[in-house]
This record gives sequence, C-alpha cells and structure tokens, in this order.
Amino acid sequence: MNNKGVDKSKRQFLTSALTVVGAVGTGYIAVPFLAQMDPSVKAMAAGAPVEVDISKMEPGQLLRVAWRGKPIWILNRTPEVIATLKTLENELRDPLSDESTQPTNAKNPLRSIKPELFVAIGICTHLGCSPTFRPEIAPNDLGAKWKGGFFCPCHGSWFDLAGRVYRGVPAPTNLEIPPYRFVNDTQLVIGELAKEASA
Amino acid sequence: MKPSRLTLFGDWILDRFPLAKLWNEHMAHYYAPKNFNFWYFFGSLALLVLVIQLVTGILLTMNYKPDAKLAFDSVEYIMRDVNWGWLVRYMHSTGASAFFIIIYLHMFRGLMYGSFKHPRELIWIFGMFLFVALMAEAFMGYLLPWGQMSYWGAQVIISLFSAIPVIGDDLSLWIRGDYVVSDATLNRFFAFHVIAVPLVLVMLVFLHIVALHEVGSNNPDGIEIKKTKDAKGIPLDGIPFHPYFTVKDIVGVAVFLLFFSVVVFYMPEMNGFFLEHANFIPADPMKTPEHIAPVWYFTPFYAILRAIPDKFAGVIAMFGSIIVLFLLPWLDRGPVKSIRYRGGIYKKALALFVISFLVLGYLGTQPATPAAVVFARIFTAIYFGFFLLMPIYTRWEITKPVPKRVTAQPGIEVYISALKEAFVEMTTEKTIAAQSGGYSPNGATVIKRRLNLQGVANVIIRFAKKLKASLD
Repeated sequence: MNNKGVDKSKRQFLTSALTVVGAVGTGYIAVPFLAQMDPSVKAMAAGAPVEVDISKMEPGQLLRVAWRGKPIWILNRTPEVIATLKTLENELRDPLSDESTQPTNAKNPLRSIKPELFVAIGICTHLGCSPTFRPEIAPNDLGAKWKGGFFCPCHGSWFDLAGRVYRGVPAPTNLEIPPYRFVNDTQLVIGELAKEASA
Repeated sequence: MKPSRLTLFGDWILDRFPLAKLWNEHMAHYYAPKNFNFWYFFGSLALLVLVIQLVTGILLTMNYKPDAKLAFDSVEYIMRDVNWGWLVRYMHSTGASAFFIIIYLHMFRGLMYGSFKHPRELIWIFGMFLFVALMAEAFMGYLLPWGQMSYWGAQVIISLFSAIPVIGDDLSLWIRGDYVVSDATLNRFFAFHVIAVPLVLVMLVFLHIVALHEVGSNNPDGIEIKKTKDAKGIPLDGIPFHPYFTVKDIVGVAVFLLFFSVVVFYMPEMNGFFLEHANFIPADPMKTPEHIAPVWYFTPFYAILRAIPDKFAGVIAMFGSIIVLFLLPWLDRGPVKSIRYRGGIYKKALALFVISFLVLGYLGTQPATPAAVVFARIFTAIYFGFFLLMPIYTRWEITKPVPKRVTAQPGIEVYISALKEAFVEMTTEKTIAAQSGGYSPNGATVIKRRLNLQGVANVIIRFAKKLKASLD
C-alpha cells in the first residue's frame, strides 16, 4: 500500500491515455455502424440497363419506363416543338448544359442524341419530385409564357421540352439525362452508353 | 399496535428508494405560481399526448409490416380487420396533429410570457430540441403508411440534404440507403420512428422537466416567485403542484379529450389536413401527385422553403427558420418577461409574427402559384424580421412597471357579462302588443329585438380603442 499520497500527473496521464484509447475504439466501431446504412450490395447491383421498344411511338407522345427505380421519360418531339425550343435560350438558366448532368453525346442545345427523341430522368433536380408533362401552350394555370414543357407541381419549377430549367425557379440545373444508346431505329437501351460515346 | 404489513412494505421500499423525496420535490412541495392561466395547460397536455402516442404506437407495431410490398396493405388490414384497429390508428394519427397543436400553443405561451428568458434559457433549449425531435418523429412516421404523400413527402425532405455542398449527395444516399426512397428507407424509418426517436423524446422530456423544476415555473406576470418567500422559505405566491395543479390539469385533460374524441370519431381525416387524401393511394415511384403538400404542421417551414428561388438558399432558410428559435433567449434584449408589462413594439411584433406563421402555414398547403410565392416571400421576411431585428427593437421598448407580487386577472364571468351588455347595446327592444295590428302570432304580445346601428358602431369603436390601447 502506498501512503505517499496521490501522484496527480500519473493519474492525469492514465486518464488521458484511457480517453484516447476509448475514442479510437468508438471511432472504429462507428465505421461499420454508419456504413451499415449505406446502400447494400444488392441495392447497388439492381441497376441493370432497360431495353425499350420505340417503334410504336406517336409524334408528341411521352413514354414512361422505370430504370433503377426512377421514372425515365422518352418523348417523341415534333418539328414544331424543336423550333420552339430554339427560341427559348434567353429565359433559361443553363441553356448549354454546362452545369448539368448528361452523357457527352447529349450535351447539346436539344439535350439528346437524335433531335426528335428526348430521353431524361423524370426527377426534378430541386427536391426529387417527378414533374408533370404539360405539352400544351399557354394553359390557364401556367400563364401565357408557358411554351410547353415539364412543370414540377411540388415547388413550381419550369423545364422546357429539352429538360432545360427556366430562370427564377427553385431547381438549380437541367433535368438529368441517363446514359442511353440506340440498338437500331426502334430499340433503345437505357443505362448504357454507345461504345464510341463512352470512349 | 403492530404496524400493518402494507406499512412495513412501504418502509422497506423507502429505505431503498427515495420515493418520498422525489414525490415531495416534484409534486407535493414543488411550488408553482398561483396565477397560472389557460396557457399553462399545454405542458401537461403534451405529456398526455406523448403517452397516447406511445401506447397506440406500440399497439400499431403489432400488426404493421415495415416492408414496401406489405406496408400499405397492413395499414388497411389494421383499419378493416384488426379489432378496434381503426380506433388505435386514428388515435395515433390524430394524436400526431394534436401534439403539434399543443406544442405550438405551448411555444406561443413561452413567447408571450417570456418563459425563454433568464434563468430559463436551458429549458427553452431542451424544449427546442424536443420540437426538432418531434418533427423528425412525425416525418418518419408519415412514411410508414407508404401512400403517395408518404413517398413523395419523404423524397422531397430527404432531397433537402442533397442541397448541402460537397457531402450532400452522399448524405442523402446514406439516409435513404438506396438511390430512391425504397424498402430500405421504409425499414430504417420504422426503426427510427419506433425505437430511436421515442427514446430521445422521453430523455429530453426528462431533461426539460428537471431543468424546469430547478429554476421554477414562470407565470403570466413574469415575476420570479422565489424572490418573495415567507418565514418557512416557501414562495408567497406559490402553491404546491399537488394537489392544486394536478387537479387543475385534470380539467384541462377532460376538455382536451372532448375535442380529441370529436376528431377521432367524426373527422379523423380533418378534411385532408390530418390525413391527406393522396395518402390513400399506394406509393408510386413513377408518378408524383398533382399537388403535394406536407401535413399541416410542417407547412409554414415548407412555404419558406418554396419562397426562395434557389435550392441551397431555400434549404438554408428553412432550417434557419428553426435555428433562430434556438437563439431566442439571446436575441430578446427586453428587460421585462411578460407581455403584460412589455412595450407596444414587442406586442405588435409578436402579433405580426403570429400572422406570418399562420399565413405561411396556409400558403404551404396551396400550390406554388406566382402570386402565392410573392406572399410567401413577404411573410418569410416578416418571420425572420421578428427574430433577427429583435436585438434592435426590444431595446426601444418602453416597458410598464412590473409589480412585486402576482396579480389577479378578471375571470371569464367578467367577459360574459361584458358580452351581454354589448348585446343589449347593439339591439333595441320593440314590443308589439296583441291589439296594435302588427304581426303577432296567436294574439300574443311579442317582443322583438332589432339591430341598433348606432349601438353596433359604438361597440366596434370601443373594441377597436381597447385593442389599440392593449397594443401600446
């Protein structure tokens, strides 16, 4: 037994050492606990490409398919729509898609590989709602400035029929374009790039 | 005489557990100000609703299935096939809204009587953490029925986190556990809603009450009753919490349960405000409903989010509108607690704040038309103005002298007789005798009351003058 009293500095050292060891241990166990909440291997694997038949699409028709649990829009644009799209540039936030996400072969004003066929992920870049397809021009509820496009009912964001976002709305960037490629004139694969584009 | 077995058992416990001490400290010898009014019901009512939510919640988990394929149907199964399942579920869904009504009134009481001011800052902070935990609890609970509103509401709120620069996308992915709101999200929200957040809530309630009982309750006069004590050290303006306020609170409980039952039994959906119509359609990840709005208790903050035409700034404003509440004890520089003795400028500011909160709440339920967005911006500015300009305008306050002791206020009888007098003043009596030839059924003498326009004008002018005086 020690009767010399307390060695405070030794006690302080032991307390500090134990605190450090405890903190490191907590840090180690925190990693698996937190990583446990990330998407599982199964969730990450469930992203296989989807094949779509576009042979029966009418002009102006919108087709919705699911890819990775997200809605994908395929829109057959008429020449009038394409003509209108070319007049909108001054009202758009990112007309050249510099800040938006798309495969390089769809980084053009019409945001598509073929001008008439528009493919996009139907999720608003603001807070993830799926905008509604409003092709009509100047409807009562949206006013005279509406030239046809996608309207997000959640927070009032406007996109044109190339998925380009207007100025003065909450969405920061254009709609995201998924990777896609044409197998032939009537078959489309979503989730895969054409070989020359991915190179 | 030999002590009874019961007494012996009681003594056995008391030797081992400070039951009597706890009871005295927090009930029988906890002195609460004797001038508590209507606004002081909501603390105990919040505790009651918490218990209702815990009990009905446990019952619901016995039949609910946290699985994207089964969740919606299991809720319908509870509603249709489980004995009294509809009652338990409606109590739980109504309880959620009731909780927020009570908490908002409880917080407004704090704003009115300065309950957040020195020395109760920490009670306010614990209370604000409770409010945030309650919002998280309500939000995650709303996903569980897996209806359209559940799904898209969760999608929007989780996407809020993706607005944070650099870590945003990974953070929202981590919260969802998948690239979209999915089964993984539902399952983890169930875990949070049923275990994690309720534990936090209960612990925070404990801290909130311990902190309250340490400094003692505020009151409508905003006076520290501990400053004037009698010879025994008991506050002169205090009365023991038990039996006085336990009995008073039971009256509050009875009145609350009356309203609660009317909603549960006759209007559980509250016309789409408590249970939204679109939530009776199963979740469809391919299609957002035409008009999505959160449940009413989130709409003021949602309106603030929508008012800002920039994603990140909108998210900052929305979270900021809650963070400013935490800072309230340090923003308010007024020397007086209670609104009864505060300057007119604070009263007017508080009135404007309440109006802006209600208008934002309404706008949040409506579609984002350009006109609505303009209004939302104006009222968002007022909302933040109330808090952020507070250090300036509370310095200009011309306060009234605060009494040393709590005051007696006129009771409801005074208002009733004043109302009667106003009625007499606003009308004139006209007697139509049976023989006079006027309209008189069955030949009886009829006394008719007619509106007296002069009287009505007098009453309105008097009321307006009183209102103006009360805001000075």
